[in-house]
Amino acid sequence: MDWRTTSQTDSPLFGRLDGIQSVLDPHSPQAEAILSLGNWIFAGGTLIFIMVMSLLAFAILSRRRHTPLRSTTFIAILGFVFPAVTLGVLMVFTIIVSLRISEAPGEDALRIHVTGHMWWWEVVYEGPDGQPVETANELHLPQGRPVVITVTTSDVIHSFWIPGLAGKIDMVPGHVNTVSFTPTKRGLMRGQCAEFCGAQHAKMAFYAVVEPQERFEEWLARQASPAREPIVDLHEAGRTAFLEQGCGSCHAVRGLPGAEGEIGPDLTHVGSRLSLGAGWLDGSVGNLAGWIASAQHIKPGNRMPSFDRMDGPTLRALAAWLESLE
Amino acid sequence: MKACPRAAGVAVMVIVLALAGCEESAIPQGMRIIDGNPERGALLIREYGCPTCHTIPGIRSANGIVGPPLDRFALRAFIAGRHANTPDNLVHWIMDAPDMAPHTAMPDMGISEDQARHIAAYLYTLR
Repeated sequence: MDWRTTSQTDSPLFGRLDGIQSVLDPHSPQAEAILSLGNWIFAGGTLIFIMVMSLLAFAILSRRRHTPLRSTTFIAILGFVFPAVTLGVLMVFTIIVSLRISEAPGEDALRIHVTGHMWWWEVVYEGPDGQPVETANELHLPQGRPVVITVTTSDVIHSFWIPGLAGKIDMVPGHVNTVSFTPTKRGLMRGQCAEFCGAQHAKMAFYAVVEPQERFEEWLARQASPAREPIVDLHEAGRTAFLEQGCGSCHAVRGLPGAEGEIGPDLTHVGSRLSLGAGWLDGSVGNLAGWIASAQHIKPGNRMPSFDRMDGPTLRALAAWLESLE
Repeated sequence: MKACPRAAGVAVMVIVLALAGCEESAIPQGMRIIDGNPERGALLIREYGCPTCHTIPGIRSANGIVGPPLDRFALRAFIAGRHANTPDNLVHWIMDAPDMAPHTAMPDMGISEDQARHIAAYLYTLR
């Protein structure tokens, strides 16, 4: 199976993963603009801090009664003019950056809708034929094409944040927010819920894969297709176990009657995903089996019970079938 | 009292040699894995997701409860309660557990023999 492992520092497909979730390693012009604004504020703030501390030290250590610090001109300049000018410049700079990062993308922009859940991400693409294509906990983005992501939530307030690509955007119940950016460098990035949303907030992450346009289109076409039919007996047994255990009440597997659930992530192509449990475990057959058997131990309080009453071969078959859904 | 430094030196030598001996025998003769590198094994253990099901000392967040805990694994007599804990059996088990115990819950994860050797080498450091 073609698992692209993410736990190592070096990945054959994406190179080093050091900046995988870092605002300091921007992969879009929008993230670069935010980083440069941040750098200017940080550098300016450092200078001002040093200046204030020096003046404070001078005021404390100076034995002169009438220091130049007490003159009206000095106070007027450093106490009023300087902050007014500095904050004014900063405001203009911030407005320019804000306008730049919120520029409406063109009509050809890729549109993705993401819904936050406690604790995973539902991701819906517009398929090749205009039909919605549902996936979860993973974004695939074509390199160089503007992306518009609309976000909302099904429960509490979450925040959608891919530090390497754009700023945070809140996911508010009953409200749709929008963030847009153009990923320019290919690579693997990690996003994270940035608004405390409950006990497993820290385990609510996802991967974003920026890849060339053709690869993205292949991926989307594969995601739009229904689940593949089992070829071997093991996968057949796994599919039977899936239906018998009632997994279909919460999970959808397109093309499989009896699996139309909407509570949990769509599993039609779960075998192609990089992670399980929303960016928490690497995608692999072992992790699939472990997650099924002890989901409540790995991520306590999530909506999926631990299915720990299956016999070994059934659990293995179920995991193997899910892994085969690429 | 002049002999004291020399006596201390000898004592230190004895201790160092004894410790060196300990190091040598840390992994018992019958449990050495040829070409097995415990450090690479630890990386592979994380990569293949072993921590999801097993509690494994020395591996970050390896507190799984699905399978048996692997603490003091080098001292355990049996693998899966039925096969002697020998290097050959362990490497085989890591590569393809269902082949050795058809009713096990542990899947065949496509681990190569080379990788299985590294993982086994790590498990045999657990005493």
